[in-house]
Amino acid sequence: MTVSPLQLRHVSHSFGTLEVLRDLSIEVLHGEFMAIVGPSGCGKTTLLNLLSGFDHPTSGYIERKGKSRMVHQQDGLFPWQTVSENIALGLRHVKSEQERRRQVQELVSLIRLEGFENSYPHQLSGGMRQRVELARALAGPSDILLLDEPFSSLDYLTRLRMRQEVARILQERPRTVVLVTHDIEEAAQLADRVIGLGERPAQIRYELGLTTPRPRDPTHPEVVQAIRQILAELDVESDSGEYTTA
Amino acid sequence: MRKLGAIRSIALPLTVVAVMVVIWTIVWRSGIFHPSAFPAPLAVLRGFREEAQTGRLFTDLITSLFRVTCGFSLAVVTGIPAGLWMGQKEWARTAFLPIVNFFRNLSPLAWIPFAILWFGVGDASPIFLIFLSAFFPVVLATMAAAANVPTVYSRVAKDFGMSDLEKLLRVTLPAIMPQLVTTLRVTAGVCWLVVVAAEMIAGRDGLGFAVMDARNGLRTDILVVEMIVIGLVGVGIDRALEQLTKIPSIRWGYER
Repeated sequence: MTVSPLQLRHVSHSFGTLEVLRDLSIEVLHGEFMAIVGPSGCGKTTLLNLLSGFDHPTSGYIERKGKSRMVHQQDGLFPWQTVSENIALGLRHVKSEQERRRQVQELVSLIRLEGFENSYPHQLSGGMRQRVELARALAGPSDILLLDEPFSSLDYLTRLRMRQEVARILQERPRTVVLVTHDIEEAAQLADRVIGLGERPAQIRYELGLTTPRPRDPTHPEVVQAIRQILAELDVESDSGEYTTA
Repeated sequence: MRKLGAIRSIALPLTVVAVMVVIWTIVWRSGIFHPSAFPAPLAVLRGFREEAQTGRLFTDLITSLFRVTCGFSLAVVTGIPAGLWMGQKEWARTAFLPIVNFFRNLSPLAWIPFAILWFGVGDASPIFLIFLSAFFPVVLATMAAAANVPTVYSRVAKDFGMSDLEKLLRVTLPAIMPQLVTTLRVTAGVCWLVVVAAEMIAGRDGLGFAVMDARNGLRTDILVVEMIVIGLVGVGIDRALEQLTKIPSIRWGYER
């Protein structure tokens, strides 16, 4: 029995009088890929900021075991650093220059950006930048990967490819993952468990698990079934206009 | 096509300069202005030779550049930390912003009488005035830039366990560099304007003093020589600082 790296117990959060999260209890298991789905502005990013320890909940308790790294929606890379320098951010503890370079190179190959080591973020496409952010988050020892709508700024085809990339990369470097997204297709394809949040203040509305091992195709029967189920859940809600897949 | 562009970029400005010299000559010939108040282009050319032979132009130039370098460097070295501090501490901003704004809007030239009383005529007065012209704009620009560094960078710094000092040196400072370089360029230009004015009143040497000296000696030809040099050196300073924008870790700020 391994301890859960992330545990939320009765977490509520408000900004002044604006109640954003209400009584959330979630337990993320070791090595699990959890997707949290909800409409824009429902408090998903707030939840991630709490999970990463950047903010503290107004009430309730969050337990985090191990180091967490966040991949941001966009522009999370340091624009004044090259691809290599950005990735090496998580390798500052590595004393040997040679070893550091070797690990950076390994990550560059992992995200298939050989030849772009010395490029700056503004010289890369949006998809490439998000891959570098992923590599940066995976460099060095960390246990938890937090993904804050990491593909939302990308076009649909790039988004499809990025999902496959993430699934493949996580096979090589397994982490406990929390993905926050409004894209239910993305959630169903990538996650072991999907948790749906409602309108603000966010509460858990539904939860479903997927058992097919990752990586999965977006057209895999279980993925399609999960999407159908989530859509059905949403139809219970009154305003579901937002939930058309891409 | 590229070569043609290069030729254009030299030929067109040169043509404009040539036309201006022609107009200058025509005005001089026309006699609108008294000859003692309006030098001939050829007289200015002779003035250049004269100044070059005596070497005075050169020593004056070095004197002025030295003063600007001292005052400007002093302002940068003290202004950037002050601006960073104000950018990060909200209370410091609230406390100091009004007074910094006040001094920024007070012409440094208004300080000239005090500068002379306190520092006499020599290097110290102009350096003090140049420091005043640069310090407040540098503080304000640094502060504004530091206060507006995207919060996502702070999150990354926290995720990767950076200490406050590390965050300052590896995140805040590089994040504001592009804006800082722009400010330094503008401010250095202002300093170059101020040094001439300061030396005209509170100087015994330097380009500003040379301007005053030429006027007192009724040497309008030398006056124009000084003016041309002052303008050209100002352009040169800006061009030199512009090179900073080409540093790869700074260039990103200009390419979005």
